[in-house]
Amino acid sequence: MAAVIEVENLYKSYGPVEAIRGVSFAVEEGEVFGLLGPNGAGKTSTVEILEGLREPDRGRVSVCGLNPQEAGNRFKESIGAILQSTNLPEKLRVKEALDLFAELYARHADTGELLRRFQLEEKADAFYKDLSGGQKQRLALAMALVNDPRVVFLDEPTAGLDPQVRREIYDIIEDLKRAKKTVLITTHYIEEAERLCDRVAIVDSGRVIAQGTPRELKHKSAGKTRIEVRLARPLANGALAHIDGVSDSREFDGAYVLHSARPPQTIVALVKQLEAEGNELQSLEMFSPSLEDVFIELTGRRLRE
Amino acid sequence: MSATWTLTKVRVLLAMRNRMFFFFSLMMPMIFLFISIIFLRGRTGPIGNYILGDLLTVTVMGSFWGLSVQLVTFREQGILRRFRLAPVGAGPMLASSILSNYVMALPTLVFEVLVCRWALHIQAWGNPLALFLLITFGSAAFSSFGLIIASVTNTMQETQIINQLIWMGFLFLSGATIPLLGLPDWVRRISLFLPATYLATGLQSSAMGSITWGGVLTDAIGLTVTLLVTFEISRRLFRWEAEAKVAPRAKLWIVAAMVPFFLFGTYENLYGDLLNRAAVDFRTLFSTGTVAPAQQPLQSASPSEPRQPAP
Repeated sequence: MAAVIEVENLYKSYGPVEAIRGVSFAVEEGEVFGLLGPNGAGKTSTVEILEGLREPDRGRVSVCGLNPQEAGNRFKESIGAILQSTNLPEKLRVKEALDLFAELYARHADTGELLRRFQLEEKADAFYKDLSGGQKQRLALAMALVNDPRVVFLDEPTAGLDPQVRREIYDIIEDLKRAKKTVLITTHYIEEAERLCDRVAIVDSGRVIAQGTPRELKHKSAGKTRIEVRLARPLANGALAHIDGVSDSREFDGAYVLHSARPPQTIVALVKQLEAEGNELQSLEMFSPSLEDVFIELTGRRLRE
Repeated sequence: MSATWTLTKVRVLLAMRNRMFFFFSLMMPMIFLFISIIFLRGRTGPIGNYILGDLLTVTVMGSFWGLSVQLVTFREQGILRRFRLAPVGAGPMLASSILSNYVMALPTLVFEVLVCRWALHIQAWGNPLALFLLITFGSAAFSSFGLIIASVTNTMQETQIINQLIWMGFLFLSGATIPLLGLPDWVRRISLFLPATYLATGLQSSAMGSITWGGVLTDAIGLTVTLLVTFEISRRLFRWEAEAKVAPRAKLWIVAAMVPFFLFGTYENLYGDLLNRAAVDFRTLFSTGTVAPAQQPLQSASPSEPRQPAP
């Protein structure tokens, strides 16, 4: 299948800060592709270059075969986007906002239908300033689709929203997936990437550090279970690294994170060691392998640090 | 063109929902009028027309303030960057600001004319065509001037400071509040470099009917050149993003924007009769009778030695 979005060796700096350092990836037609990484990883800069909002320092980008920085209105007609930081005039009504943007495009969807689809009918006459965070985000999504775009960019579409609203947004994105839209989504939520994306690029400090389907990436952690424990007394660095089955041990904010291929043996050995040392287990949690584990293994840090 | 029209409709809608807009565009001129009425103490005659000219000038000039603040607000709040994703360029964004301001200003100006006729007992309409031309070109030119201020300032604070400075200059040096005849000669000569002076003298003469529409051609040309130059410069300097600060080199465009004012000011200082016309209008106020008739032959005089008003 042909790549709709192509990024090759992309670089972008803001003064002395290198935001993007040689990012490359490609997104195929109808694919939902995720850029997963912590804040400041370079996700927004990458997506805003693809939207034509920023100029890259180096590298090549192409969306629908067009250069976003040069193609002008032809390019804008083919994309839709949710920006991370944007706004609308406070006293613009929901229906007016949709109609306004619809009129700006040569081809546009039925705004009444969009209001229904995004459950905004009741709020059609409400001012933008009177909408809740979730309603504003639903409106932003509706506006991103007002021109029935071929490619949709969603920059942190659920950031700061409560779980209920987040699930509603997930349903909408899954609708886009079913409608075979090409979607590029940036997120720092693991579950979002795992649930929505066909493929994911894990981004850290301006670089893509891993790329593949969520399943492929999780296999990189070799099916190891993550065990998180909190202890009554702190331990020295690496004190749990030699416990039976443990392949990796790190400390984050007072919690010890162990990766183990044999969790039962690891837990038994852990309890024995703590008893021998006169230490006490305060809490223990087990997690099946996730993209978070891949990120920890690759960077030594948690995604939301 | 359709994008410009679409944006214009929305901007008019937003302006009508903005209380601040009504305060500054309607209440402020009315306060100015109220002060004038107190100052006149029941006097009637050409002075009513003259004050109408001043009132219209203040309203039209105020366009630059409102538009610069609106554009900077939109930029700072991240509203412009949402529009940037749509197939709409800087030109339609700016043109729609100017058009919507004009559409909103017209009823206000008509209202002011009617209120003045009633409150100041104005008997004659002056020269309506010349008034209309100057209001139209003036509104567009001063709106565009506001857009250039928005283009070269990085924050709302900066915008407000520059607006204050320019507003004071326009208000007190253009003849809109202090008659040009009341200013020292050297200040009068400086005032000829301000676009506001062309608007103020043109509107005063038109309201008094002391000039034909052909007579305001210099003022109209001055304002049109101002419009074209400032529009093109503000289009080039237009920034969608709050973080995109204006480059120091780009500020050189401001020098380019000054060139037409410099040329007009120089021409008026050397060969023009704008000051002369302003002086004639002003002295008419103190003559008996009503409004000065149009196409009255004027005696020659230097700008620093204004002639006596026509009988």
